[in-house]
Amino acid sequence: MKNKNPLNRRGGLIQRLALAPYTLWAVLFIVVPLFFVGYYAFTDGQFHFTTKNITDIFTTTSRIKDGDGFKEIHTYLVIFGRSLKLAVISTAICLLLGYPFAYIIARSSARTQSILITIIMIPMWMNFLIRTYAWMTILQDTGLLLNGLRLLGLNMDNVHITGTETAVVIGMVYDYFPYMILPIYSIMAKMDIKLLEAASDLGCNGFGVLRRVIFPLSLPGVISGVIMVLIPSISTFYISKMLGNGLTTMIGDVIESQYQTNPHFSSALAFILMVVLLVAMALMQRYANKRAAA
Amino acid sequence: MNKIIELKNITKAFDGEVVLDNINLDIYDNEFLTLLGPSGCGKTTTLRIIGGFETADVGDVIFLGERINNVPPYKRNVNTVFQRYALFPHLNVFENVAFPLREKRVPKAEINERVNEMLKLVALSGFEKRSVNSLSGGQQQRVAIARALVSKPKVLLLDEPLAALDLKLRKDMQQELKKIQKATGITFVFVTHDQEEALSMSDTVVVMSEGRIQQIGTPVDIYNEPTNAFVADFIGESNILDGVMLRDKKVSFAGHVFDCVDFGFEPKEPVDVVVRPEDVDIVPEEKGMLKGVVTSVTFLGVHYEIIVDINGFKWMIQTTDFWDVDEHIGLYIEPDAIHIMKKSEYSGMFGDYSSFSMELDEIGELEQENLEELGELTEQDEPEAAESERSE
Amino acid sequence: MKRASKIYTVLIMLFLFAPIAILILFSFNGQNSKTVLDGFSFHWYEELFVDTVTLEAVRNTLILAVIAALVSTVMGTAAAVGIFRLRSKYLRAALDTVTNVPMINPDIITGISLMLMFAFVGRLMGLANSLSFWTMLIAHITFCLPYVILQVLPKLQQMDKSLPEAAMDLGCTPLRTFFKVEVPELLPGILTGLIMAFTLSLDDFVISYFTKGNDFETLPIRIYNMTKKPVTPKMYALATIIFFVILALLTLSNLIDSDTDKAIKEAKKAKKAKKAKKRNTVKEAKT
Repeated sequence: MKNKNPLNRRGGLIQRLALAPYTLWAVLFIVVPLFFVGYYAFTDGQFHFTTKNITDIFTTTSRIKDGDGFKEIHTYLVIFGRSLKLAVISTAICLLLGYPFAYIIARSSARTQSILITIIMIPMWMNFLIRTYAWMTILQDTGLLLNGLRLLGLNMDNVHITGTETAVVIGMVYDYFPYMILPIYSIMAKMDIKLLEAASDLGCNGFGVLRRVIFPLSLPGVISGVIMVLIPSISTFYISKMLGNGLTTMIGDVIESQYQTNPHFSSALAFILMVVLLVAMALMQRYANKRAAA
Repeated sequence: MNKIIELKNITKAFDGEVVLDNINLDIYDNEFLTLLGPSGCGKTTTLRIIGGFETADVGDVIFLGERINNVPPYKRNVNTVFQRYALFPHLNVFENVAFPLREKRVPKAEINERVNEMLKLVALSGFEKRSVNSLSGGQQQRVAIARALVSKPKVLLLDEPLAALDLKLRKDMQQELKKIQKATGITFVFVTHDQEEALSMSDTVVVMSEGRIQQIGTPVDIYNEPTNAFVADFIGESNILDGVMLRDKKVSFAGHVFDCVDFGFEPKEPVDVVVRPEDVDIVPEEKGMLKGVVTSVTFLGVHYEIIVDINGFKWMIQTTDFWDVDEHIGLYIEPDAIHIMKKSEYSGMFGDYSSFSMELDEIGELEQENLEELGELTEQDEPEAAESERSE
Repeated sequence: MKRASKIYTVLIMLFLFAPIAILILFSFNGQNSKTVLDGFSFHWYEELFVDTVTLEAVRNTLILAVIAALVSTVMGTAAAVGIFRLRSKYLRAALDTVTNVPMINPDIITGISLMLMFAFVGRLMGLANSLSFWTMLIAHITFCLPYVILQVLPKLQQMDKSLPEAAMDLGCTPLRTFFKVEVPELLPGILTGLIMAFTLSLDDFVISYFTKGNDFETLPIRIYNMTKKPVTPKMYALATIIFFVILALLTLSNLIDSDTDKAIKEAKKAKKAKKAKKRNTVKEAKT
């Protein structure tokens, strides 16, 4: 079919002119850099091809103190495992705390809704370094929490919060909590209240309505909330540094600590992290699609 | 009369689906021409080709003797009134109307004068500073017309401009449009699916179906002398029967031989016979040319609409007398009430009222209304809706 | 709200704001202590305002954010228009995917990937220092772009398609149509995109950290450097100021929002009433 529409031709030219800078930019600064991660991950210092960086991640071991003796562990696998564990725990806590709260907000009056959402957003807009640092002030050994408990006459000398995984989880939950609430809330706010009434009318009790109507409908919000919390928490390096006192090394810490001295190994870690996240998100998407289909 | 626009052998397909099939149409100076047809018949596409928003795959658009296939819309001396007005929401009434003049860098004083003149023409003087969003549908409509007319186009294209107005307003606007057309002397090309609207406003009606022109004529011609079963059915109510032309002015249908006024057919040629419901007289059974039983009666205010079963074919008849269901009646048809048409691809598809039901009609309308509402609620889907509309 | 909901809300608020309250409290501390309050003073604020390094960082942050927001808004708006008109499904899908990458990828990977490329190119060009203000600016524009596009695209989809057609019908060339009709229609989306880009750039630490040069320090990086050493309550003073600036801005935007909300609601109400009227007339006409 010949297309001789002058409008299409001119419109097409303008469209291409409008799109060209972004396309060029996206290729240069989004796509190409990602290839560089792969390129560095599979090359050595002289840029010769090697899989050593990748295999090192799976084989490097170190000896750590285990009771009286020592034990051999796979250094980076343990770190990956810890990152995953802490991120999943933080995400789960965010979801458990945030879901009911999003529901409460969505069910309140329009005025209350906008006030509560604004309040939620305030910490989100404060720099997360400051937020994390505030928790350090509270949780450290001579911090407000332990000192406060000491004032009550408790012996807190053997209690440490900073330097533990608990402190890291607290920091991550605090930093990323709003990212869980907002997407769930925005889905719930749009939900038709008549649906809930219809469900109770059809004989669902409170919990039934939640399980069979509200939760399935809010699933897209839950999934984007989970992604928005999981991704920054699995890759964080500042939180574990500040609240973990360097005792809870996470994958982000390793990437950060080696990116100048050994960018190839750093890239290999980033590469694996990307692959893990891609797989995780694909799985989640599939689960969501399945739920949507069912 | 001068030809302003000629469409020559226009063919257009969207994604391989033919929406216009060899359209030939002449549009004359000072004419009110209506493109009439059901949705999907190609009328809007025809309009968009004249406006320059689509280009024909095959064929030419001639404007005052010049081929304008490749002239973009902003260089055509043709303006459009869009279905949903397409007023610029960030401009007030005055600035909307002044838009094309500012684009042409007309001097300020002249802009003032011409805009005011236009607003007066559409009875909106005093609304200059109003935001277009604060206007009613009818007022927005007038602004759209003023805006399209202010640069004095040769032709005004109107794409179902009254579809979004309620019934009463629509009637008023029909009158008004006709008046404006007479006052300005500009050629109007009007698209509608509403046959009443088409008949009451137009000098020329172009009936379209499935991308082809079925008939071009004056409203009276179209109503009285439909060329085929589609036109007969689409314009007004019709009983359409299979018949055989015995010789000139003699036709046989429904088991009876009638006198008629048509001639020029082959002897024994099968034909379609149209009898309008208001042209049938009801007589006592024994005096009737045809005999039948009343199967349903609906009161419509001025008259009754009754369905009569005659040997299994259901006729619709309009009468001012009341006839009860199951009554046996006779029908009498004058020769000039019978219209003979050549057989066409539409033969046998229309004109029997056996499935007729007022209720069904109403449900259809309700559904339409609901759909419209749905369309407004899910505004996000609108571009898609517009897309499909455009590719009709 | 029910009682249980209220209690829950208060607990969450406590969790969210207790740490911030503590920061604010200690910013007025008379002593250099993070655990003991002793007297009230503006001492740490005074120190902050003579800290030229921090003030310079504030200035740098603003400069960077303004440039990044403007560039990404212009480029992103144009890109949204181009993407919206794309006919090829595959190209569209490819662009959508690429646009999503910076939003979904962890910041650390976006930062590292850009840093690697800058370092590589810098080495090829024989530069001693491949990272600078410019690399940071490029990085900021890159992560702001998707957010701008995501704000403008829906506005394009909502726009009545016949508006640009009407403009062309009335004598506008496609380019003039874009500026005279489409831009005013898209303005709310463009502005939201601009503000989002600006705040994202202001707040970013991770990507800046990997792409920063030695000569240009932004506020988040300055804060990071401050927290690496034993911190004086000067940083608390900084945090307090940031908190109140954000509070003021959010309250302001909330007020503006609720005004427009009201206007929208009223318009909707009017429309509804009109519809009801219309339905009645139609019904009357039918019966």
